[in-house]
Amino acid sequence: MYEDKQAAAPSQQLTFSLADEEYGVDILAVREIRSWTRVTRIPQTPDYVLGVLNLRGAIVPIMDLRLRFGLQRESYGDDTVVIIVAIGERLFGIVVDAVSDVVDIDPAAIKPVPDMGAVVDTRYLKGLATYAERMVMLLDVEKLMRPEDVETLDAALPAIQEVEVAA
Amino acid sequence: MSAVDLTQFHKTFFEESREGLDAMEAALLALDSGATDHELVHTIFRAAHSIKGGAATFGFADVAAFTHVAESLLEEVRSERRAVDAGLIEVLLCSVDCMRAMLERSSQGQPVADAESEALRVELVQLVSGEVAAPVVAAASMVAPVSGWNIAFTALPHLLQTGNDPLRLFRELQQLGRLEVVRAFITDSAPAQLAELDPSQCYLGWELRLHGAVARAEIDAVFDWLDGDCELAIAPLAEVAVAGPVAQAAGESLPVATAAPRPIRETAAASGEGSSIRVGIDKVDALINMMGELVITQSMLSDIGEKFELSQLGRLRDGLVQLERTTRELQESVMRIRMLPIGSVFNRFPRLVHDLERKLDKRVKLELHGEHTELDKTVLEKIGDPLVHLVRNAIDHGLESPAQRKAAGKSETGTLKLNAYHEGGNIVVQISDDGAGLNHAAIVAKAQQRGLIAAGQELSDAEVAELIFQPGFSTAAQATDLSGRGVGMDVVRRNVRDLGGSVGVRSVSGKGSTFTITLPLTLAIIDGLVTAVGSERYIVPLTSIVESLRLRADAVRRIAGGGEVFHFRDEYLPIMRLHRAFACNDAVTDIEHGIVVVIEEDGRRVGLLVDDLLGQQQAVVKSLEAHYQRVQGISGATILSDGSVALIVDVGGVVRLGQRSKAA
Repeated sequence: MYEDKQAAAPSQQLTFSLADEEYGVDILAVREIRSWTRVTRIPQTPDYVLGVLNLRGAIVPIMDLRLRFGLQRESYGDDTVVIIVAIGERLFGIVVDAVSDVVDIDPAAIKPVPDMGAVVDTRYLKGLATYAERMVMLLDVEKLMRPEDVETLDAALPAIQEVEVAA
Repeated sequence: MSAVDLTQFHKTFFEESREGLDAMEAALLALDSGATDHELVHTIFRAAHSIKGGAATFGFADVAAFTHVAESLLEEVRSERRAVDAGLIEVLLCSVDCMRAMLERSSQGQPVADAESEALRVELVQLVSGEVAAPVVAAASMVAPVSGWNIAFTALPHLLQTGNDPLRLFRELQQLGRLEVVRAFITDSAPAQLAELDPSQCYLGWELRLHGAVARAEIDAVFDWLDGDCELAIAPLAEVAVAGPVAQAAGESLPVATAAPRPIRETAAASGEGSSIRVGIDKVDALINMMGELVITQSMLSDIGEKFELSQLGRLRDGLVQLERTTRELQESVMRIRMLPIGSVFNRFPRLVHDLERKLDKRVKLELHGEHTELDKTVLEKIGDPLVHLVRNAIDHGLESPAQRKAAGKSETGTLKLNAYHEGGNIVVQISDDGAGLNHAAIVAKAQQRGLIAAGQELSDAEVAELIFQPGFSTAAQATDLSGRGVGMDVVRRNVRDLGGSVGVRSVSGKGSTFTITLPLTLAIIDGLVTAVGSERYIVPLTSIVESLRLRADAVRRIAGGGEVFHFRDEYLPIMRLHRAFACNDAVTDIEHGIVVVIEEDGRRVGLLVDDLLGQQQAVVKSLEAHYQRVQGISGATILSDGSVALIVDVGGVVRLGQRSKAA
């Protein structure tokens, strides 16, 4: 659904900055933008999942995008912004440095992410776009919320089940 | 003219047919248990008739054809040309199953008829035409002399609104024989003034005479759809003196159909387990009342708040108390909407017991108690399978064969009791039988063989009972050479535990056993103890807390491998440091300064070390999975009064976490 809209008309992207780089997320996936509030930590989760917060009764996980990308953690203050995005019915928040703008991007102008080898983790990017001579990296929100450990677990699951049956 | 798209009605048709089949099944089972109610036969017939009609309308020809044959058979029962016996009920029950399967396949767009349904259809056809040939002659000799019928037919005012048309009825009757209208009259319900006449109401009644050798059943069929919409009396023409016994029989069975509700429909409605709930209007009214109270309290409070003076403190406090009470009542009312009677689950057991009786050659009397006990819809949907399992086990392994029972000096018919009732904040469901009870010797032997217990180990009754819930105890092959129980009892326990409940067994050798399932009233709200660990808050469900205590440092022993245990009521319990399990910073690490909360899950106890107890709170359980994923040791989250999120400890998960770290 989300992909379709992206392909059809010029897509609007909400751009934000993170460690001096510019990223974009499809505006249709954005539910709201709010300032940083304290979250409740969840045990047994990767460090980039900061915890959960109460979004009008819904328990929504919050992820630090810097940590997700393996960058240095910044301290959170009043300027820190949380973007709440939705994939289908599921909501989650991403912590970014600052929100910049809403820009129109022609889908035809989106270039694939070059293969950087193992140096840079590019799997959470959908493509690269240029806007006002700046490069905007378009986020693939769906992949963001699928933690790598879940992927690893999924791959390992059949083996685990076999062990259990055998035991 | 564009054709009406009938597919839009398919869902309704399938739903109604399923309800109809449920009603048929319930009525058949009632007949089987010896009830000879005429209304029961009618119920069965009507259900079959509606399904046939619907199936034909919507183009499910195979279903219609099958149901038609079943209906013909029922028709004979209804017109008392065929006696109801166990064999017939068995065949009809099979037909119900078959129709259910056919409808299921139709709804999935698969081919409907299969070898099984075809075989059954042929059997039914043979029953209708062949075997019954002799009785037909006898019946014919009884029916034939009737030269006609007197029909007194008075429409109730709403007759027309149900889509019935007296004219159509008369036309149908005319096809049966010569119809004579003796008298048509206006009923008492008609308004005196013409101006007050409501054209959508029917104020007419007729006395009709139908001449010809017409079977009573044929007339019944014409009036079948008018049940509850008219007053009807059908009697054979008086001058046919030959038909003495028939007149008597018909006179007895004069079904003066009135608007009496059919109880069977009610139960069928209650068993609806779709994603929608039917809510009684009284529950909605209660909600609206509560809402009104809340609005009043709110306006009173805002009134106080607008020009607050210290002198009004008392009023403010009163208002807050009222607010608290109303909120709680409102919460209970909302919760009650999700509550459905357990009867909808119990309803499937008469059939199960009936089938098992035949299969296992045992005699069982099923007693159901507390069908009206209500529990949460989610719990209700998931409790069915464990209950079926327990009932099956009770009949298969618990109750002895009639011969064995006789030898033991008991009645040949075993009793299986299902009981549901409220106890505290819980629902208790009990399945008890008066069978042989658990076979301790065999269970112990099996457990030793499986290496679950050491040879020569002495076990108490409770410990032996506990063994049957062990996973190792559960394959079909073992169940046959073990005369005790144990088929998938671990699965039952796991299912019940997933619902936040527990299951236990009490057994007296030779007297029977009782399985008790305790379930929370609802999964949506729990009573919890708010604990502090570092700067974080965790909620521990009150139901799993045994005791909270402060330990002296010398009460803690270390055992090999670094695990900590302490002495509690004659046993050593492991200490589980919550701050370590959940990796909390700045928590109390010195046991002397923290508090140990003893929690219990399935008889296993663990001492949970927390910093402090902050108080008791009702917690509305929110799922973490809705937006995130399952987290081990956490069963959900809730929102505290300051709007922040607190996590709810999954006691079972924490106990297992503790065991894993001990094993590691």
